[in-house]
Amino acid sequence: MNSLTSIWAKRSANPALLAVWGLAAALVIYVLVRGGYLMSVVQIAAIYTIFVTGLNIFMGYTGQVSFGHSAFAAVSGYTSAVLTATYGWGPLPAAILGLAAVLLCALVIGYPTLRLRGHYLAMATLAIGLIAYDVAVEWGSVTQGYMGISGIPPLSIGRFTITSDRGVLLLLIVFAALGAVASAGIRNSRLGRAFVAIAGSENAARALGIDVARYKLVAFMISAFYAGVAGSLFVHAVGFVSPEVFGLHMVVLAFTMLYIGGIGTFTGPALGALIVTLLPETFRKFNEYQDLAYGAVLILILIYAPGGIASLPRLLSSMTRRKPA
Amino acid sequence: MSTLRLESVTRRFGGLVALENVSLEVAASGITAIIGPNGAGKTTLFNIISGFNTPTTGQVFFGDDDITAIAPELIAERGLVRTFQLVQLFDDLTVLENVKVGRHLHTRGGLLTALIPNLAAQREAAVDSAARALLQQAGLADRAKILASALAYGQKRLLEIARALAAEPKLLLLDEPAAGLNREETQRLAALLRQIATSGTAVLLIEHDMSLVMNVAERIVVLDFGRVIANGTPAEVRANPDVVAAYLGQAEAALA
Repeated sequence: MNSLTSIWAKRSANPALLAVWGLAAALVIYVLVRGGYLMSVVQIAAIYTIFVTGLNIFMGYTGQVSFGHSAFAAVSGYTSAVLTATYGWGPLPAAILGLAAVLLCALVIGYPTLRLRGHYLAMATLAIGLIAYDVAVEWGSVTQGYMGISGIPPLSIGRFTITSDRGVLLLLIVFAALGAVASAGIRNSRLGRAFVAIAGSENAARALGIDVARYKLVAFMISAFYAGVAGSLFVHAVGFVSPEVFGLHMVVLAFTMLYIGGIGTFTGPALGALIVTLLPETFRKFNEYQDLAYGAVLILILIYAPGGIASLPRLLSSMTRRKPA
Repeated sequence: MSTLRLESVTRRFGGLVALENVSLEVAASGITAIIGPNGAGKTTLFNIISGFNTPTTGQVFFGDDDITAIAPELIAERGLVRTFQLVQLFDDLTVLENVKVGRHLHTRGGLLTALIPNLAAQREAAVDSAARALLQQAGLADRAKILASALAYGQKRLLEIARALAAEPKLLLLDEPAAGLNREETQRLAALLRQIATSGTAVLLIEHDMSLVMNVAERIVVLDFGRVIANGTPAEVRANPDVVAAYLGQAEAALA
């Protein structure tokens, strides 16, 4: 636990970030106690935290780009949905099969695709997302097309079923936290350093013996796994799935969360997911100006905290350090 | 005995002949320098040795192995590690972490290690102490925790060498390590190079700083227009009329 506790010590020494986290925690506790509509909003935030934490490993740590991770959420999401709703499997075995399918897809897709770089990789992964969407629409006999699949049972393990919204939210928070801790563990290991090295200079990484193609594939598969976990949790938490759920909208939302929260940081994905899901709710009373206000706030954050919310403390401390001089 | 041997290496880029029939041997110990005017083919030679480029014809041997068409990461695995003319650090990693990446080939552990806290801590402790020792040697110990991108230029050069040393090379290839260094930093570099050579790692460097080359190199290879025009001790090279004509003329005055 050494490396993790030291990260924690470093983080909590920082009052600004501690304040941000205090606020986030207070909000989640408030929602847990209060319940109601916000409960489902924070549930979505927790699911997206998992998705974005995974995306951060591939994009933030390894410096690659993917517009297609929604495809992996779709693969496991639909596997869970079809096996439980149509064939009566338990959620756990269905999810395990779904995640195995995700890893296989990521391997088969990643192997040829990851030879591409920059814009070309972006285009190829975008195509993967679109293909997954089309399959979900057209493979009607299994996916029910645009209609989607409803009546997906809630999460359960054996005879124990989580039915209350509160229980689901708690479980999602546990999953999100585990995902974040694993991500931090990866970042501070030999594996994670190799990822960040590739982002810094592929040539220098190769010159030190790092098999760049292999490590990119590993990063891709790990982040696809996170996307798969998010996909399966989503269909059980909401009880419904349709192609739109894992469409381009998911990718746009995840990108916003990643950049608003802070790409490459441990805490960014969770902060970004909370902010991006809750902001539109905050501006609900603006009625038709809701999206305008939401967009304006996002732009302001990106202008004044280009590294995302998680980088705010560093920004503040460098400002105060500059002042006395 | 030689570690590195090039046999009739020729490299063409379209109509341009960057290297023409270059054959040379680099000793298994000590410091060898490659000098030559800009465009003489020095960096192309380095790229071919380190696997970032392949010769049009000819072969490269390291020890008994033919490494002519082998990927850079596999060449590194055999103990041939290079640095770059334009410093290439991992900017998002700390100074210490950069050196830890250098330990990649001599450490183990993938996803499972990263996720088992006790195992991770144990592995980290070992790599941590090795990396810190190297930072000490490079005089960067007090900078360990800052991001590599925040270092001063001369320190970046030193860090890149420390990182390469972490890979425990048999032969260390340095592409213009003194470029952009001030006098004091160059002296520090010279001391470091001698230390490296004394500890048993052979060094092959490309360098424009003639006083550094004359100061540290035991053998000098002179390239001009892609051909080897001289190969010998500093004294021999200095006395070679071809070399003086091609390259040393203007630098000689600075040396005196």
